[in-house]
Amino acid sequence: MQRAALLRRPFLLLPLACVAVAGLGFAELLQRAGEGRYNPHTVPNFMVGRPVPEFSAAPAPPGAGFSTADLQHPPQPVLVNFFASWCLPCQAEEPLLDRLKAGHVPIWGIDYADQEAALKGFLQANGNPYTRLGADPKGAAAIAWGISGVPESFLVDRSGIIRWHLGGPLTPAIVADTLPRLLRKYA
Amino acid sequence: MIPELGNFALALACCLAAAQAVLLLLGAEAREARLMAAAPGLAFGQLIAIATSFAALVWSNAVSDFSVRNVAAFSQSQAPLFYKITGTWGNHDGSILLWCLVLAICGAAVGAFGSNLPAALRARVIGVLGAVAAGFLLFALTASNPFQRLWPPPMQGNGMNPLLQDPALAIHPPILYLGYVGFSVPFAFAIAALLEGRIDAAWGRWVRPWALTSWCFLTCGIALGSWWAYYDLGWGGFWFWDPVENSSLLPWLTGTALIHSAIVVEKRESLKTWSVLLAIVTFSLSLCGTFLTRSGVLNSVHAFAISPTRGVFILALLGLVMVPSLLLFAFRAPVLAPTGLFAVISREGAIVLNNILLCSMAAVIFTGTLYPPFAALLAGEQLSVGAPFFDSTVLPLAVPLVLAMSIGPALSWKRAALFPALQRLWWVALAAALVGIVAALGWHGLASVGFAGAAWLIFGALADIAQRIRLFRVRASESLSRLAGLPLGAIGAAVAHAGLGVTIAGISGMTLASQRVIFLHPGQSTDFAGYHWTLTALDRVPGPDYVARVATLEASRDGRTIAVLHPSDRRFPVQGTAVTDTAIRTNLLVDLYTALGNVQNGGAEVRLRYDPLAPWIWLGALVMACGGGLSLADRRLRVGAPARRAARLPA
Repeated sequence: MQRAALLRRPFLLLPLACVAVAGLGFAELLQRAGEGRYNPHTVPNFMVGRPVPEFSAAPAPPGAGFSTADLQHPPQPVLVNFFASWCLPCQAEEPLLDRLKAGHVPIWGIDYADQEAALKGFLQANGNPYTRLGADPKGAAAIAWGISGVPESFLVDRSGIIRWHLGGPLTPAIVADTLPRLLRKYA
Repeated sequence: MIPELGNFALALACCLAAAQAVLLLLGAEAREARLMAAAPGLAFGQLIAIATSFAALVWSNAVSDFSVRNVAAFSQSQAPLFYKITGTWGNHDGSILLWCLVLAICGAAVGAFGSNLPAALRARVIGVLGAVAAGFLLFALTASNPFQRLWPPPMQGNGMNPLLQDPALAIHPPILYLGYVGFSVPFAFAIAALLEGRIDAAWGRWVRPWALTSWCFLTCGIALGSWWAYYDLGWGGFWFWDPVENSSLLPWLTGTALIHSAIVVEKRESLKTWSVLLAIVTFSLSLCGTFLTRSGVLNSVHAFAISPTRGVFILALLGLVMVPSLLLFAFRAPVLAPTGLFAVISREGAIVLNNILLCSMAAVIFTGTLYPPFAALLAGEQLSVGAPFFDSTVLPLAVPLVLAMSIGPALSWKRAALFPALQRLWWVALAAALVGIVAALGWHGLASVGFAGAAWLIFGALADIAQRIRLFRVRASESLSRLAGLPLGAIGAAVAHAGLGVTIAGISGMTLASQRVIFLHPGQSTDFAGYHWTLTALDRVPGPDYVARVATLEASRDGRTIAVLHPSDRRFPVQGTAVTDTAIRTNLLVDLYTALGNVQNGGAEVRLRYDPLAPWIWLGALVMACGGGLSLADRRLRVGAPARRAARLPA
């Protein structure tokens, strides 16, 4: 009886072992999150750390369009923002873009898979926070940048390297915290 | 002044909880009757203290005292009083305080209703609850104190998350917490039993009502969250396999296993070690749910910001609860030797199968939920595990579970024969097959399997009751008197099983849902799902802190107006967010579901959905919870007398 009980013991320690492993894993994740090396909310984009890809955004009134060459040596870091008039989160993002514009951050917008008239209505209804504006009606630029939807934003530094990527709408925390930190770093 | 009182009461509660743990556990070890007798008093004292503290926080929210940091950060003075009050637990600090309040209610409930327990067991149970409470109260007091002051106080608060201004979401957390935290009582019973080194039939009887109560609340809480997702998020889904949803489903699955295995402990004095482990695991998973939502280590639609410091504290707390209890389990469980024979084909055998399947489901969901962060940790790659994985792994486990659910109750305890039981279920199988065939002819494959399963469960539950009252085999009047004399537990079990059938029918119906997204100008119309839909008006309605756009949609059939629906969206300029308000017309068989999308150039994009049987998903959950409630009302669970008599008999 006593012996049988002892033999069962290693097996009974199994739950504890599982919990210990999971606990250590979580501790490590939290450690990394604290150092900014882990964020579950990011959708990875392989463009980060690379130069701006070959692309060109067609004129989109009132914007005159832009292309790779314009982004290779910008005078200050640029936020490239993919959006579309038909996308609700892009509308919701608008006030935050306005806030960035008020802080003199150049925002270059690329209007993805959209029509000129719809874009015009969108800008009239929501205002125009974009320093420069281009259109990507066929989605070629979207493929070059590797976006998976709209809105997505990229930060391009002064040497034309993509430094940061956000797959999804901006949040107040990003506008108040993350972006100013990055802008100071790459100014 | 009031917040300081709340803070003081919180500290007092923490001290009382610590005293509760130390005095009662030591007292029970030393068999000191006077210390053990203090158990109810200490539990009540802790409840009074924490209730005072919680009331102080509710008061600060209700009067919008912005000198309290928590109120200033998450409330605003124009919000309706109801949402000011429910906003108390709409943020991290407040919800931890609510967590502690519910835990104290559990402790006090054991003190109040546990007078039939042996004194030592009761002292140990309340002592363990006190130890858990002390940890969480310390957390509330130090790392997430909701009573911190702000100087100078701002004139206006930051405002509330508009999504939280919804009645279902306002009561969702308390109900879910009653479920999560309620499992602390079975956990405390398990630890107490391990400390005593003894589990008998009476333990099963004592632990079951507590597990059942928590299970009912958890069922309702999950259903409420799912219902909210359906009607509020605006795209018609009801379950997303989101990590936070999964983390509430996990304790539900293991809790369901527990309420079944505890029956075996009670009736057959078997599965003791297993039940103890289930009790520990269920509460641990509840704690994990809190950890996962609050630390933000998982990617989830429940947009909780990642907060490593808080996460580390909760993780440490989790470790302090789980490691000692599992260590205790590893060393003391061998003492809990099973007695009695165990045949595979028997009621208890069926319950073992139920436990294996439920726990396999839990294991699969647990793996899928934790795979992304651990893949990031070990392989450095970011990926996500979505609905296809969960659908394809949970379904194969659900099919045998549903099959066994109608057969199990037809088997007798100890030793049963499978064939006679199946013979008695022939008409159930026939009915289920008919429903399946009709559904397969009318619609398509997967849904018909679901409908057949639902029919199998519902008719199986009826067959179970019919068998017990010997319907059609004795005179009708005798059947009726048998029905009246049937233990409520048996009726409750049948009702709960049928409830799952109703939910499965609802889910199967939803797989047949159709939808159309279309851009309409006022006056334009479209034909969809047999209805003629007309957008009659599109209005702009300013609200107190938002601007709403309201569409008026008319659904008509054969020229007759069936429903007028008003889907809308509200945009909150201060918070920079927008929420959608869907409009749903239901006749309990079909939902006509409309949501408003993008509005431009005087027209609007509307989402029209036709959701057959959608309300049954939540109706079924309600029926399940009612079944649990019926079982709770069973006299046999409330009266512990037979157990005590048995205990007093000389061995």
